[in-house]
Amino acid sequence: MYGLVPGGREWIEMAHLLKTFSITPRDFVRAGEISIAIQGILKSVGFGQDVIRRASVCAYESEMNVVMHGGKGTFFLAVEPEMIVMEVADDGPGIQDIDLAMQEGYSTASPEYREIGFGAGMGLPNIKKNADEMEITSEKGKGTRVKILIRAEEESGGAG
Amino acid sequence: MSIDEIRKKLGLELAAGGGGLHREVLSGYCGDLLSDVMANCGKGAVWVTIQGHQNIVAVAVLREMAGIILANGRRPDPETVTKAEQEGIPVLCSPLGAYELAGRLNALGVGGMEQ
Repeated sequence: MYGLVPGGREWIEMAHLLKTFSITPRDFVRAGEISIAIQGILKSVGFGQDVIRRASVCAYESEMNVVMHGGKGTFFLAVEPEMIVMEVADDGPGIQDIDLAMQEGYSTASPEYREIGFGAGMGLPNIKKNADEMEITSEKGKGTRVKILIRAEEESGGAG
Repeated sequence: MSIDEIRKKLGLELAAGGGGLHREVLSGYCGDLLSDVMANCGKGAVWVTIQGHQNIVAVAVLREMAGIILANGRRPDPETVTKAEQEGIPVLCSPLGAYELAGRLNALGVGGMEQ
């Protein structure tokens, strides 16, 4: 996905604003705090409302996926005036069937999670709807990595 | 209309987040599935739900809501109260069900779409 970014992966390492957060699996007390921090950063940078809304949805769903299903996770944020890149990786059990996981309504969440309003099978589809680009890679037993790119043009409505 | 005016008109009990009672209500949304709310709730919404756990505050902050109404006599968890105070998100309680609350909000002029 970084092929579209001049300089590829190196661009990210040279981005003006970089931030890394650690995600603790099953820590529901702190769940959502990283997304709120990211929203605050994006507001302080001065992105438009639509960009912040789309980035916030992507950040929240990515963070919650790791909290619920993943292992120890890292949330990496890179910000440039024209785009936002998020990479969320964890060393959890991985996703068995990514195509199935991308289908709205499909969920592997436990009954306990469903009772408190998670497991609607909308997490990854929500990211896809709100990101301009999304790439997901996973290996069983090793973990999952989700890459998200959001362009900052206000007229962009996401990849839909 | 502010969330405080709605609190008074509907007789809602303030459970937490009084610092945010000035927030302007632009729309309303009902839902108990957090990802559905994240996907479909409008900005400045008052959110009616039966979920009282702490993650509702994160959802409200991220979608820039005016406040949360817990329906059917539900109470916020202690952690929810703490987070709502920190973030200034009003959490209001009502013995009424979500359908009834939505109807009363609508009668006050709070629509489903952002105004």
